[in-house]
Amino acid sequence: MPSGDRPAQPGDSSGRAPVPVGRPTRLDAYVDRYAARTKGMSASEIRALFSVASRPEVVSLAGGMPNISGLPLDIVGSTLHELVLDRGTEAMQYGGGQGDSTLRAQICQVMRPEGIDAHPDDVVVTVGSQQAVDLVTRVFCDPGDVVLCEAPSYVGALGVFRAYECEVVHVEMDDDGLVPEALRQAIAAVRAAGKSIKFVYTIPNYHNPAGVTLSSARRPEILDICAEADLLILEDNPYGLLGFGRDPDRALRADEADRVVYLGSFSKTFAPGFRVGWALAPHAVREKLVLAQESATLCPPTFSQLAVSSYLATHDWQGQIKQFQETYRERRDAMLDALADQLPSSATWTRPDGGFYVWLTLPEGLDVKAMLPRAVTERVAYVPGTAFYADGFGSRCMRLSYCHPSPERIREGVRRLAGVIQAELELRETFGAALPREPRGYEGPNTDLS
Amino acid sequence: MSESNERVVVLAGGLAHERDVSLRSGRRVSEALRQAGFEVDQRDADMHLVPSLQADPPACVVPLLHGEDGEDGALQEVLALLDVPHVGSSAAACRLAFDKAVAKSVVAAVKVSTPDAMALPAETFRELGAASVMDAVVERLGLPIVVKPTRGGSALGVQVVHRREDLPSAMVGCFAYGPVALVERFVEGTEVAVAVVDDDSGPRALPAVEIRPDGGVYDYSARYTAGATEFVVPAGLPQPLSKACADAAIAAHRALGLRDLSRSDLIIDDDGTVWFLEVNVSPGMTETSLVPLAVEADGTSLGEVCGGLVRRAIARG
Repeated sequence: MPSGDRPAQPGDSSGRAPVPVGRPTRLDAYVDRYAARTKGMSASEIRALFSVASRPEVVSLAGGMPNISGLPLDIVGSTLHELVLDRGTEAMQYGGGQGDSTLRAQICQVMRPEGIDAHPDDVVVTVGSQQAVDLVTRVFCDPGDVVLCEAPSYVGALGVFRAYECEVVHVEMDDDGLVPEALRQAIAAVRAAGKSIKFVYTIPNYHNPAGVTLSSARRPEILDICAEADLLILEDNPYGLLGFGRDPDRALRADEADRVVYLGSFSKTFAPGFRVGWALAPHAVREKLVLAQESATLCPPTFSQLAVSSYLATHDWQGQIKQFQETYRERRDAMLDALADQLPSSATWTRPDGGFYVWLTLPEGLDVKAMLPRAVTERVAYVPGTAFYADGFGSRCMRLSYCHPSPERIREGVRRLAGVIQAELELRETFGAALPREPRGYEGPNTDLS
Repeated sequence: MSESNERVVVLAGGLAHERDVSLRSGRRVSEALRQAGFEVDQRDADMHLVPSLQADPPACVVPLLHGEDGEDGALQEVLALLDVPHVGSSAAACRLAFDKAVAKSVVAAVKVSTPDAMALPAETFRELGAASVMDAVVERLGLPIVVKPTRGGSALGVQVVHRREDLPSAMVGCFAYGPVALVERFVEGTEVAVAVVDDDSGPRALPAVEIRPDGGVYDYSARYTAGATEFVVPAGLPQPLSKACADAAIAAHRALGLRDLSRSDLIIDDDGTVWFLEVNVSPGMTETSLVPLAVEADGTSLGEVCGGLVRRAIARG
């Protein structure tokens, strides 16, 4: 019985009444009306598996949720109480598209430790720095434009670039961050192909997902390369103040005001629920961003802005960041110790000096995405490396996040993960010779490709 | 309605790989039962479940846990232990049906065709040498073949293998979902699903649902992305084939000792042979699932069908 376009009423040779045939349905009345860019939006096994990761039995090393258990909720509560009582009608009203002026001045103070000398007029408040990525892409990128990103890069930014139909070209990183020579080569190759590069997207500090930091020696070189190539840099810096026992690195924006759009966020230094981030941009870009912001949301949420502003004004926010640093350092140590104790010598990983993430690379032939069901069965979760590439690489890498679980849970999670890896190694040994191997592309941070 | 005071617990979620599907099934059935007049409490299967069932026993439990959490019989054992009536098959029947290899054997014994297959644990490949075992499998079954976990659903871990060199990675992918793989001869043809509902006169097949996935394979994405698969219900089958599908599903339901509701997945080949692939004792009830489509085509509603099953379960005690 062929399954093609058969007649609607086939009947049969017995002369009995044919079984009525139903009208075909796709269970989606709008199936033919979606924009072409939704083509890749489909249910996935990986997303389904993450549903299990939300259960408390599972040690989730997958999510990047900041650990805000140390926030002084009593102080935050009284700050919000006073905000409502004293400025409630203002806080619950529309505001300007660029964001609250007091908060923008405070943001300039927050950026000072990274060497940035900015004027509040050049700051645009956004709904988290995620929206800033969206707005910058919206004002710069047409379909087919190229964005240069580190290899690997932040999955949320890749999603934005995909939504605007940009082409992402990855540029190699190593333990010192973006590799200057690789950047030069990528620019030359893309331009030789006749394509337009709109900007270089980089996360210089405590990279998500790679955990590495762009070295101070490389920073001027990266700026020089982009100046020579006349390229804009989108410097995404949500973790810059979360270093462990070290001063903040000097931002790229600190040394180049006209070529860098700097993105910051209060999600990691205060709390993500307020959804307050910002972009610091050259004046002409800033004007475009404000207009784009107004068409997207009219204005960033006033209540959240005033709440963050009140918190910064009344609380020792720098002391709070120090406490966050300790929280994350303790967890980073637990993860690195556990990885050293538990993982086979064939695995390599980065050793972050701040932020939330370790980038783990497993021996060639292992497929980290295919391994995830086994991990979920063993009650541990991670994010497969392919999520952080636009071009399918990263199949033997994973992002491990240490920010949220307790040190004990991290150790237990790594113990479970080690068992999962061991089982996969044994399977590889059984089936390995014929397993497909990832073609060489990027020598990722701390990746031993020998 | 008379059952308006009956409290029903719908179990959805769990820790199996199909948690997300289960939650969606649970939401839909909970809503249908509420519309049918029941008081519904939807909850997860976690460490608080047993104490809560003991402290405040509901009139009936409706397990909508997919995969091992709800279909391997363990949950049904616990519910029987607690003397809580539940919709669906007994623990013993679930155990038979949930293992695809066992279910195929049982169904084949009552003369329902099922594609040649073999169940192979990972250890077998390790101990006997993967290459020679895979060679033997391919020689016996030919290509293409289907590799799937013996225990699981929603096509998780399922791959159609067309080339011998793709078999190792398919096996590795399958073993990530469970320790035993079912390797089955691939049957090309029309894919249909037939739901069987028990009522007072015995098991009755609902109209067959024909499945036409865009990509040709009814995998996880094709199942749960609205619009990615075309369904025809009632399926466009001649009467004898339609009856043959219904008969096969009812025969499987009976042979495995199933109760209340099941869904058999079948393939009809070019020669008109109906092949049994597997049966589900807790079939999906999501917005893109097959049983709700069949129920609608039968001229009834999910609330009516599920309500009837709840009443039967309560009467059964």
